[in-house]
Amino acid sequence: MKVLSFLFNSSIGRKFAMALTGIFLITFLLVHCGVNATIFFNDGGETFNEAAEFMGTNWLIRTMEIGLFIGLLWHIFQGLWLWQNNGMRRKQKYGKSAGNANSTWYSRSMGLLGTLLLLFLVLHLKHFWIVSRFTDEITSGQETLYGEMMEVFGADGLISVVVYVLGCISLSYHLLHGFQSAFQSLGINHPAYNPIIKSLGFGFSIIVPLIFAAMPLAMHLGLLQ
Amino acid sequence: MENEMKIKLKVWRQENEKAQGKFEEYDVNTNPDMSFLEMFDVLNEQLITEGKDPVAFDHDCREGICGMCSMVIDGRPHGPKGGITTCQLHMRSFNNGDTISVEPWRANSFPVIKDLSVNRSSFDRIIAAGGFVSVNTGNAVDANSILIPKETADKAFEAATCIGCGACVSACKNASAMLFVGAKVTQLALLPQGQAEREARVVAMVNQMDAEGFGACSNTGACAAECPKEIPLSVIATLNREYMKAKMNGK
Ligand code: SF4
Ligand code: FES
Repeated sequence: MKVLSFLFNSSIGRKFAMALTGIFLITFLLVHCGVNATIFFNDGGETFNEAAEFMGTNWLIRTMEIGLFIGLLWHIFQGLWLWQNNGMRRKQKYGKSAGNANSTWYSRSMGLLGTLLLLFLVLHLKHFWIVSRFTDEITSGQETLYGEMMEVFGADGLISVVVYVLGCISLSYHLLHGFQSAFQSLGINHPAYNPIIKSLGFGFSIIVPLIFAAMPLAMHLGLLQ
Repeated sequence: MENEMKIKLKVWRQENEKAQGKFEEYDVNTNPDMSFLEMFDVLNEQLITEGKDPVAFDHDCREGICGMCSMVIDGRPHGPKGGITTCQLHMRSFNNGDTISVEPWRANSFPVIKDLSVNRSSFDRIIAAGGFVSVNTGNAVDANSILIPKETADKAFEAATCIGCGACVSACKNASAMLFVGAKVTQLALLPQGQAEREARVVAMVNQMDAEGFGACSNTGACAAECPKEIPLSVIATLNREYMKAKMNGK
């Protein structure tokens, strides 16, 4: 265990932990996005409900869900800690600073974007995860997860839709910096791979949040049955 | 004089580390051919003639190699141009009538000594922790007795051009020193002379960096964008790699 203590007590180790958990969360997003995109089959949620049922009952997935929460919490706490801690390194602020001349605003705002995501996540978990794991609404067959989505985002769900779209925008900017930043933190920076990482990161950061945002929008606009 | 140029300077004045500092405004008559530091010499002459305290600022070589001339000019370390130090900046980069703000490097680990002059001995302590190679004294060995491929030598040299100015820290929102430490670690990790102490070095230097109170890198890239020697961000990736390897080996 002592070999791994640097993950908790050194600046580089903490970055390393942020990167590993970040990449783990990126793979989760891919799966989550893929499963949810089945609503676009427009089959009244049939495929989606089946997929959701599988994800909710398969023991392997359920075990990985525990890993997911550990990774998520680690990423959140480490991120908040770094944000707070890094913010104390310059007590006397600059009178004039030209940050945009040397870096992007979103790379400098990861703590803020992450916090927005966290707030969104609380609401999101309340909407769907709590309902499907801690109530018997879905297991008892009174309601399907698809029906739940329709209810949250349907005709009366304008506020939810707006919040979800804003959440997706935060996610997109968070990923625009986070994706490639994770590789740099892991020490992967090489002229041969950098273009691949950059374009993959850019594509992922735009496409995945876009697909996510399309879900509440399509439901709200009545494009799905 | 046709070349005359009038500017307004907003300069940070601070008596000492503990004192509360503030911006003071000065009008300076300069000309486009003066360097930024020569313009400060003119200001100081003026202040001395008026019986006032001249502005303290660091400088030594005035040719971009010592790294002393730390000034944040209009919000950017070493001013608006990339790849140069303050002493290499000329007034022709500004316009007649401009108001220019000048402040010291700001980081807890670089306390202000007076006005624009800051104490960078935290960098020295990081170097002392491991940024060297231990050799036996004796006759100087022949320069080519250890063969180093040209490509490796070039890469090591690129990292070795770091002049320890601290612009990277001053530009970073986290006041992180990773570009500086990365440059030193990369240089020595590439060369055969650096191998014996390779793992111990990176751990000792990072420990010292953390102990000095520099922030953690969040990969915004501001450091490399402002570095007068254009040290690339890849040295930080190398630093991360070297550190991780050493840690995994139980160092
Ligand atoms: S890395 Fe660049 S900015 Fe940082 S100390 Fe070295 S020369 Fe200065
Ligand atoms: S005075 Fe030496 S680098 Fe500017």
